[in-house]
Amino acid sequence: MASTPTREVARRVFAREFNDASYTFKESDDDRAPVYVLLPTGQRANRVFVVGTLTETEDVGEDSEYWQGRVVDPNGDTFFMYAGQYQPDAASMLRELEPPAYVAVVGKPRTYETDEGDVNVSIRPESISEVDEATRDRWVVETAERTLDRIQRYADADLDDPAVDEYIAMADEEYDQLSVENYRQSVVGALESLQDEQAETSAD
Amino acid sequence: MTESDLRTHAEEIHEQFSDQLEIDVDDVVDRLDTLVNDYQVPISEARRSVVNTYLDEAGMDRDQLGGGGGGNEQVQVADVDAPEEWVDMRVTVVELWDPRADAVAQVGLLGDETGTIKFTKWSKSDLPSLEEGKSYALRNVVTDEYQGRFSVKLNRTTTIEELDEEIEVGDDSVEAEGALVDIQSGSGLIKRCPEEDCTRVLQNGRCSEHGEVEGEFDLRIKGVLDDGEEVTEVIFDEEATEKLTGISLEEGKEMAMDALDTTVVADEMRQKIMGRYYRVRGPTFGRYLLADEQERLTGPVDADEILIKARSI
Repeated sequence: MASTPTREVARRVFAREFNDASYTFKESDDDRAPVYVLLPTGQRANRVFVVGTLTETEDVGEDSEYWQGRVVDPNGDTFFMYAGQYQPDAASMLRELEPPAYVAVVGKPRTYETDEGDVNVSIRPESISEVDEATRDRWVVETAERTLDRIQRYADADLDDPAVDEYIAMADEEYDQLSVENYRQSVVGALESLQDEQAETSAD
Repeated sequence: MTESDLRTHAEEIHEQFSDQLEIDVDDVVDRLDTLVNDYQVPISEARRSVVNTYLDEAGMDRDQLGGGGGGNEQVQVADVDAPEEWVDMRVTVVELWDPRADAVAQVGLLGDETGTIKFTKWSKSDLPSLEEGKSYALRNVVTDEYQGRFSVKLNRTTTIEELDEEIEVGDDSVEAEGALVDIQSGSGLIKRCPEEDCTRVLQNGRCSEHGEVEGEFDLRIKGVLDDGEEVTEVIFDEEATEKLTGISLEEGKEMAMDALDTTVVADEMRQKIMGRYYRVRGPTFGRYLLADEQERLTGPVDADEILIKARSI
């Protein structure tokens, strides 16, 4: 397959799991080494691809423009994204788009610690584009599939086995207070809402 | 090694003995299984050993065997990945070309389900002629490599047996599916060097080989498809780019003329295709897939099956 080892894959994840992915790490000491967030289902992510409903945009910058966008997934959970002068294309999209709109966002996960000590997870967008409902629906099913695969791998993993997948072991270590059951519920919820929408459309 | 792989090997061995000896495929599977799975012997050695056992039982010589010569691996075209290996193949002659040298008796293209590969047959090998469109079992051919491309050479020891069945020929193209997550620089309206046989893309009006030249406009997209598991870099040529974006070369030129800027074309394309899902098909070139066929994935997606799975975990 024609794949480059250097380009990071864009992971598919629902907002609930993404917002829980507060643990970050690097694979080497190099300053330029990529930063990963650890998804609680046991996979590293340096890039994500998200399609959802843009519900609100706001310039939250003080000296210069700094745009915040809120993108909601079918469960009503929100992805937060921030684009400033170093993401001019994404910033101008957030400036120009009129919510509500379906958008596709490619971006890097970023975390920051609040004054209260909580870690917030957001997306620094590389690109934002307006898409149609069919694209959103496809993303929902695809993300459900990918998430379920991760949950299955997590569930099948034997944490006492020294050869267990390192990211599953890391997730077990770092997120011991979280349960992957939450993310299974996200999957079920997202798919059910998709089916409800489709039923309504065909009833019209 | 799985039961079905073992069975394939066992059936091949069975085939080799079919003229001389009644042997039981299940028995061959058992013997291979013991060697491969219990004793961790590589399959090629296991086959050799099992074949020898039967040869001894029958008081036969290796030469009397049908097929394989006993030692070679039966390979498919796509499996050829190293030079100077002796292999057996079952192939169809896809094309015959005119040999350019007297030393070459025949040259052309062989194919099977997995793709096509060039072959050369030497004059001094004194082998029967291959005919276009016919399928053959070739034993004892040697693989070769030139600039990353593999070929096979027929030689004095090669045996050629025409097959009754027809080996189907697949193409080398691969398929990729996913969301378009990036459009790389060098996409949109570009200029190429007009020098003969040089189609390099100009950077700031300069060709890296011919310096400053009057470039010729072209359309191209270098995009990245991502399915959440792996990424595929895809090149769409002028025709494919127009199909993908609805923007023709002429329209692209007009847009650039109006804006006095060629980058508006790529920007416009980005708005039309980024974040959408596509399936593309075509041959690979280096790390790129060259899109021959493409379709946007817009159809309804079925959530039922995955929902059932999600509820059952």
